Parts: sequence; C-alpha cells; structure tokens
Amino acid sequence: MAAAESPAEQAGDQAGQSAAQRAAQAGTIAIRTKALTKRYGEFTAVDKLDLSVKQGEVYGLLGPNGAGKTTTILMLLGLTEPTSGTARVIDLDPARNPLAVKRHVGYLPDAVGFYGGMSGRQNLRYTARLNSIDKKVADERIDNLLTRVGLARAGDNKVDTYSRGMRQRLGLADVLVKDPSIVILDEPTTAIDPAGVIEVLELVRELARDGAAVLLASHLLHQVQQVCDRVGIFVGGKLVAHGTMDKLAGELGTGPIEIEIQAGPELEAVRRVAAAVVGVTRAELDPRDSRTVVAFAESDVRADLATALVQAGHPPSHLRRRGDELDEVYRRYFAANEPAPAAEVAA
Amino acid sequence: MTGSDAATLPGDATTRGRRRKKLRNQPGTPAPAERPVAAAEEERGLRAGWRVIAAKEFSDHILSIRFLVLTIILGLAAAAAVYATAGAIRDLASDASGSPSLFLKLFTVSRGDIPAFTTFIAFLGPLLGIAFGFDAINGERAEGTLPRLLSQPIHRDDVINGKFVAGLSAIAVIFTAVTLVVTAVGILQLGILPEPEEIARLLIWVVLAVTYVGLWLAIALLCSVVLRRAATSALVAIAVWLLVTLFATLVVGLIAGFIAPIPADAGQGSAEVLRNTALQQELARLSPSQLFEEATAAVLDPSIRTLSPGLVTAAQADRAIPSILSLGQSLLVIWPQFVALVAATAVMFALAYVSFMRQEVRA
Repeated sequence: MAAAESPAEQAGDQAGQSAAQRAAQAGTIAIRTKALTKRYGEFTAVDKLDLSVKQGEVYGLLGPNGAGKTTTILMLLGLTEPTSGTARVIDLDPARNPLAVKRHVGYLPDAVGFYGGMSGRQNLRYTARLNSIDKKVADERIDNLLTRVGLARAGDNKVDTYSRGMRQRLGLADVLVKDPSIVILDEPTTAIDPAGVIEVLELVRELARDGAAVLLASHLLHQVQQVCDRVGIFVGGKLVAHGTMDKLAGELGTGPIEIEIQAGPELEAVRRVAAAVVGVTRAELDPRDSRTVVAFAESDVRADLATALVQAGHPPSHLRRRGDELDEVYRRYFAANEPAPAAEVAA
Repeated sequence: MTGSDAATLPGDATTRGRRRKKLRNQPGTPAPAERPVAAAEEERGLRAGWRVIAAKEFSDHILSIRFLVLTIILGLAAAAAVYATAGAIRDLASDASGSPSLFLKLFTVSRGDIPAFTTFIAFLGPLLGIAFGFDAINGERAEGTLPRLLSQPIHRDDVINGKFVAGLSAIAVIFTAVTLVVTAVGILQLGILPEPEEIARLLIWVVLAVTYVGLWLAIALLCSVVLRRAATSALVAIAVWLLVTLFATLVVGLIAGFIAPIPADAGQGSAEVLRNTALQQELARLSPSQLFEEATAAVLDPSIRTLSPGLVTAAQADRAIPSILSLGQSLLVIWPQFVALVAATAVMFALAYVSFMRQEVRA
C-alpha cells in the first residue's frame, strides 16, 4: 500500500489531486446522471437512468449482458453522446468536455486489449505518454503498479505471451497509470481464475479506500457483491432497483422463505421432522436435488430446524436459506423483468 | 509539451463543434462553470495526442516485418531496373552525351523486358500504401485496444490523423532510401554526377510518389474503418488497386469506343479519331496511376512538352522548336496532375475521417 501511495502523491499535481486529497473529499458526488437516455433507432439501450456514485465508494452496476451497462459507461466517458438527459462526471459534462473527463477517469474496457508486440511496460508507457505524464514520474509509477498487480517480473515480456488473467491485471495497472480519481471497470472479473478474482477485488477495495470512486459493471454479481458498497440492478436499460445489498435483500424478503436441508439419506424421515417444526408450513423433497429436503416457512426457523433434526437423530450437514444472497435477488428481478428480445440481440 | 501545443488543442475540430453547439443550446447563459477547469487544464500543457500516436505507429511500422519485406522488394526491383538501364544508357552513351538530363534517364528508360524504375514504383507503390493502412483501425478493434486508446485524454481524430501521418512517414522513408540507392548505383555505373536541377527534379518526383502512395494509404485507411476484418479490408484494397492499374486501360478503350465510336472510313487525324482519343485520355486520367505516370514522365524528362501527345497534330508539332523545358515549365506541365493527386488523397482521407468519427466505439 505504502509503495503504491508514494507515486500517486508525487504525481499529485499532475492529475489534479493526490490520493490523500481525494480521501479527504470522500463522500462528494463523483458521477451523477439525470434521465440519461440512449436510443439506437427504435431500440432504447439506456432508459432514463438516474445514478450517483460518491468518492470513496464502490458502486456495482449489475445486469445481464446487453442491459446497457457498456453504453452507459461510454456516455460517462464522452465516447457516445446521450440521446437525452445529462451526465456529470467530477462536475464536467463528458459530452462537451471529454478530454478533461478522460484525464480523471480510468476506464478498463470489457475484454481489454493490448499491443501484443510490445511488452507490458511499453504498453503502460504509451498510455502515460497519451496522458502527457512526465517520463520520470511515469516510469516510477509504472514500476510500482506492475508490482502492485503482480506483474513485476513479466513486465518486460511481450503481451502476446500473457495469459488472460495477466492481461486483465495489466489492464488494471493501465487504468491506474493516470492516477484517476474515478475508476470505471467493465466486467473486470470475467475470464480470470478464482484466485485472480480475489486479487482484483482486493485492489478495487484499496482504490475506494484511497478515495477513488469506483463504478464496477458486471454480470457476475456473486463475485462482485462482496466489494460493492451499493449496487444497482440494471435490466433492459432500466435501473430496476438500487441501494445497499441488505436493502435489496430486504425488499424481496417478504413472503415465505425456503430452507434447504441435507441430513443423511433418510429423506422421508427428515421431511417429517422438518414439517413438524413450528412455523414450517410444509416440507417436501427437492425435485431438482435428490439429497435435499425443502422446508417452506413464514420466518427464518433454521435454528429450530437444526435443534429438531439433531434431537430426531438426523444431524443436518447443510442448512441454507434460499433467497438471501444477491444472485437470488438478481434472479428474481430478472424473472420479474424479462429483458426484451431486442436487448438479447444487442448483447 | 509547450505552450504552442496547448494553444492548438482548443482549436481541434471536435472541441470547436461542441463549443458552437453549446452556444446554440444555451443562448444568453454565462460561460458555464466547467470552462475555467478545462481551460486551466489545457494551459497546463497537453502533448498533442496525434503526435504520440504517430510516433508509436511509425516505430511499429519501421520495426515491422512488412516494412522489411517491402523495402527488400522495392530495393530488388530498383536494383534490377537500374542495372538494366545503366547498361542501356552506356550503349547509347555516344549519342546521348549531349543530353542535359542523362542522369534522370536512369529512372525512366527501360530496356527490353525489364521496366524502368519509375514504372516499378507506379505499379508497386499502391501495395506500399495498402500495406501500411489496411489494418490501421480494424486492427485496433480486433485487438480490443481501440476503447482503451479512446478513453485516454485525446480527441478521436488524433487516432486516424496520427496513423495517416505515421504511414506517410514510413512511405517517405522507404522512397527516399530507395531513390538514394538508385542514385548511388547510377553514379557508380555511369560515372557522372547529377546536376542540381536533376536533384531538384528527383526531389519533386519523390514528393509526387509519396503523394501518390498517400492516396492508396488513404484508400486503405477507409477500408480499415468501414470493414470489420483486416483480411477483407486488404482484399478490397488490393482489388481496387488491380482494377485501377490493370483493367483501367481496357475499360477506358471500351467506354470511349462506345461513346465516341470511330467510323470505319474515318481517316487519320479526323475529328472522330481526335474525339475518341481525347475521351480516352480524359477517362484514363480518372485513374491515379495514369496521373502519376504522366507527372513522372514530365518531371523526370525535360524534353516532354505536353502530356497530351495524341492531341497534338502533325502541323502543330511541326512548328514547335525542339528544346528542353526548364524546371519551372515542367512543373507547370504537371501541375494539374499533381493537384488532382492531392485532391484525390484529401477526398479519400476525408471519407475515412468522417466515417471513423461517426462510428460507434463499440463494434
């Protein structure tokens, strides 16, 4: 961490403000959109989007492929003009001041690419030159970033020899070369192995702790939910729900809850025990999984179920409430908001 | 870098367009609050994006295998042509010794089955332009580097401008090098030194050749913007090249014969024949290779007084005093050709530029 902070501070005057300054400003609005809309002919890719992301926060923009996430990001960067509505990024309009916006926003595109014939370090140097960063400052910063993303040794190899995970990590380093105060990551965890995902997410967390605003677009919510302060569920160009994850889960928490039980091979006996527990309306064998019994209950009676099962001589090996994880939330939203066929095509 | 760079940036096409639009959208409102921030940043000095891109692309070109291969091909063609030509000139040396442009003959005279150096260039030059342009934009798309590049603080046109400048520079380097080699071989083989005017004519010819190949570079760039796949783009550009250089003369003859037929009983120099010839020449001049070859002939051979020999009647030629044109007069002869080449290049580049600016970042 300390190693990563020092170049950021040295280059503070270059990028406008240092990481420390940004941390002090945590909480100010970094990105705000009002009724942002983008239409391609008949097809509405983004429909009246209202979004705000604060400094020092990780915002997860979650939605299936073709939901309009990338289109939204391109509008925030001034790479596509909105059909209507406004976007403000660090108090600038990206459609009118794209250069100033792009100087402060680091963007990791979906399926990021690099010049294969150049080394990782040369690719980062090119980015630094495009950002008019002084060569000495840039070299030092690149050294630190390569170490930070675990490419210190591979930095001088050609990118052609990199694995996809290495490219993704190089992409993160590339985003940070300009010491951005806003970081936009489009599907940063696809195509990398689980260990790589954890590393990437830790880095995202660190960035937010340093005061950057992070907008993370992904369809792999179970991977990103742990680092997001707030999430927005984005389906068919519309933000169908947003807030903290607890809030989203709470909104959907009404109605009967389902509890999965696995407690040995005597399924019928387990089912009878579960059905007898106070609060359980009924219990049945899971048609999808031959080892599991599902209990339907008015409230979360997992503790009572466990006690009853142990007393009946069927100690449970698995007891899980369905629907309290974000992907369950997400799945239900999808069921309620089937994306239009046009959205599928756009994906 | 310096203040001058910063000063040129706000004048960039896109920024200007946006400013104007902003004024139109908000009549009467005071300068928006964002202006001072942006202005302060521009003051801080931003390296012009196209220069960074051009520098990177140029070094990519110079180190690329295609650069090496093309230089070798052109070098071999030049060596073969010059070797044959030098032999031919020496054979004629006795009666050619009085010719003031003997040295330039090295570039234009052909002997038997080996064409002259400039003919080689007229034929192979387009390949050079295509090679440095066919994958300029779609290559970036295929590699996934375009969104990353455009998310840096540069204008979108910096990308295509930088690539065009880099391609032109690479072409200029190759031509200068090959021309210098031919000159050196010629000096050794013939034992004569070029006169200052001959050097000037050669320099002008290099500029002409770079313009001509720049046209093909612009065509290839257009293909690379419009067509998604590099292979398709290369094939289309090469098809256009073959069409223009090989089949153009055949097609031109057919069209002229159709529009201005020559009756069977028409005599030599009759109005019908003249009309047909004039039409053929005008149509042929739609082809850039025809323009380049005409301009080459006139600039490297001061004895060429007109580029429409078919339209000079025997009576007119009879009265002309056989003499040699000065450099300025030769330039006057080729001026229309040169302007046409520059205009065609500008149009092609403009088409590539506009379609690139209108394209979505995402495929």
